[in-house]
Amino acid sequence: MSSAFSAINTIQPLHRTIDNPSVSPFLGSTHKLRSFPACNRAPSASWIRRRFSIVAVSDVVKQQKTKSGSSLSNLLITKEEGLELYEDMVLGRSFEDMCAQMYYRGKMFGFVHLYNGQEAVSTGFIKLLTKEDCIVSTYRDHVHALSKGVPARQVMSELFGKTTGCCRGQGGSMHMFSEEYNVLGGFAFIGEGIPVSTGAAFTSKYRREVLKEANSDQVTLAFFGDGTCNNGQFFECLNMAALWKLPIVFVVENNLWAIGMSHLRATSDPEIWKKGPAFGMPGVHIDGMDVLKVREVAKEAVERARRGEGPTLIECETYRFRGHSLADPDELRDPAEKAHYATRDPIAALKKYMIENKLVNEAELKAIDKKIDEVVEDAVEFADASPHPVRSQLLENVFADPKGFGIGPDGRYRCEDPKFTEGTAHV
Amino acid sequence: MLGIVRGRIARGGVNASSLQKIRNQSLIYASSRSYSSASKEMTVRDALNSALDEEMSADPKVFVMGEEVGEYQGAYKISKGLLEKYGPERVVDTPITEAGFAGIGVGAAYHGLRPVVEFMTFNFSMQAIDHIINSAAKSNYMSAGQISVPIVFRGPNGAAAGVGAQHSQCYAAWFGACPGLKVLAPYSSEDARGLLKAAIRDPDPVVFLENELLYGESFPISAEVLDSSFCLPIGKAKIEREGKDVTITAFSKMVGYALKAAEILAKEGISAEVINLRSIRPLDRSTINASVRKTNRLITVEEGFPQHGVGAEICACVVEESFEYLDAPVERIAGADVPMPYAANLERMAVPQIEDIVRAAKRACYRSVPMAATA
Repeated sequence: MSSAFSAINTIQPLHRTIDNPSVSPFLGSTHKLRSFPACNRAPSASWIRRRFSIVAVSDVVKQQKTKSGSSLSNLLITKEEGLELYEDMVLGRSFEDMCAQMYYRGKMFGFVHLYNGQEAVSTGFIKLLTKEDCIVSTYRDHVHALSKGVPARQVMSELFGKTTGCCRGQGGSMHMFSEEYNVLGGFAFIGEGIPVSTGAAFTSKYRREVLKEANSDQVTLAFFGDGTCNNGQFFECLNMAALWKLPIVFVVENNLWAIGMSHLRATSDPEIWKKGPAFGMPGVHIDGMDVLKVREVAKEAVERARRGEGPTLIECETYRFRGHSLADPDELRDPAEKAHYATRDPIAALKKYMIENKLVNEAELKAIDKKIDEVVEDAVEFADASPHPVRSQLLENVFADPKGFGIGPDGRYRCEDPKFTEGTAHV
Repeated sequence: MLGIVRGRIARGGVNASSLQKIRNQSLIYASSRSYSSASKEMTVRDALNSALDEEMSADPKVFVMGEEVGEYQGAYKISKGLLEKYGPERVVDTPITEAGFAGIGVGAAYHGLRPVVEFMTFNFSMQAIDHIINSAAKSNYMSAGQISVPIVFRGPNGAAAGVGAQHSQCYAAWFGACPGLKVLAPYSSEDARGLLKAAIRDPDPVVFLENELLYGESFPISAEVLDSSFCLPIGKAKIEREGKDVTITAFSKMVGYALKAAEILAKEGISAEVINLRSIRPLDRSTINASVRKTNRLITVEEGFPQHGVGAEICACVVEESFEYLDAPVERIAGADVPMPYAANLERMAVPQIEDIVRAAKRACYRSVPMAATA
């Protein structure tokens, strides 16, 4: 019945030796932590205490899982939640497919990185957040922005480079920012978003403790990939986030490939979740193609952060159906691997789950599909009809303080020159 | 004379007698500077400390982050006393993770706080330069004004004494090339106080380049400067000494050298106008051009490497805008085009000295001193 979601049938461990193959990798992580070889010193009380706190998250979710595995699905989601998740994932998928179309028609240009196949991670995590919580992402950020609530019209216009985009066309595909929805970017360099998200979490804690704003409990989510986990900034921030107990959740979208570099060829120890306990935070490993599982673990981690208990590192094994970007011929990945993951499409899985557990019927899902198609088409029409930025927009927004452009040849501030915003001033 | 005393300070550490000697020299010196009714003196270190203190007490969103800023009282004692006053949450000692904590500062600034991130020297900022440029400087533009980054990156810049190649580079030119950043380089205590306050209050990312050798130097300071709302405008240079024969532009420590050179030149009948740039970006081109149009000769002085330096930009700007006014070729004096050597005599040759400025000024005035061999 809910076999698609059973704990056992998950990722093909391409190389790993699992101690106990009949146990899910999730439970396996708990096992591994318990049998973690202690150093040659007598464990002090605080160290033992820390060990228990590290396995705490895994234990809680493990219990939830055994409960849900045995009884029926209704413990996991309600019908409304199910429809919300389905709609969000379908929006992500259709939007990205439309992006590919538009790119090949020449309406979109530059670097475009699509998120097909990874929707479960974005939906599973971001739909649990409030509007004030923040997310920080990488260049594969269209769907993160959409899940957080940025209207599809704004995202599409931004991709077309029009002035009605969420960043007025100045950011582009890789730099989605939204102050209203607390999307703090959109970064092209891998690992760059991790310290920025740690800083946003630092602000949340600072607000609560120094500025005494009692309801400041915003959580920050940092999304990044498997390649980033070899980057120095990642480790620096794991250390500081755990040291200062910041309200952040580090989400690794391990899609096994960094452009054409396999994660296994690039990493000495490919099990990324293990890097969490090394810094004193729980490291959790979940199946990122299963939105319900992602949501369960995410709920626990986000609540943990909100309570002030510190960060969590969550590794989601997922897969991107398309290449790294639209310019990537994607020749290095094995077609058999792609076919295998295509059968584990998160949208199809959620659909199957909801129908088999009689939460919804086909007609309702089809209605959502149709609605999303209309939303995406409307976004494209809106973006097409929007104007390109005017010439003077080139010089705007370099500084928040416009006097930052300095003094012009006439001795006055340049920004006071009326020609400045017409794009004809001499700069 | 002063140069030798300064060297003694740098090498041997400050003790009471040498500090007294400096003070005496500066006092004699001060009378020749055009400061308004100097009532007392303040070191640059105290100026920076008081500016930080006042800004932190005025705005609870300002916090200081860096290595050794807290319990060690600051690697160069700039943040002395702040930990006791404001607590460890506002004076944050970080692990040795420049990329990490610069990025954390940027993230906090995205969200409305006003961090002051200290780099122990700006050489270490190279480990964090991705965050300074890509996530701080460019963010306001990339997000079309939605996200501004009111952060200050500060620390000592340029050559100290005998610290070797990896601790001696001047970063004014690199940071000055980036749109989205404001780059300031104070000289005196008045500059330090005013510009740091302006930088902390500014809604944009500011790179604040101090100088280690200037920290201990005392400058006369007026009552106006001590006021807690004293601020200097960003983007305006200061004419430290008026003159009519040759314009010398400089920033940071080189302003002191240029002023001494001007003294020497005055005895020979050359009246030099010394401009303290204060702000590398935005560069105060109008003041520089106005001065060149008055004197018709230009010399730029900087400590950093010559190629693509601050002086290169100033010379190009003057040639573009005031070409007809020039009576002599523009000249730039910069550090030697080598990584900083360690040996004391080589180091002296790798950094501009007062004699170099005097010679260049005489060349510009056609006083028949042959071109110095390029080092």
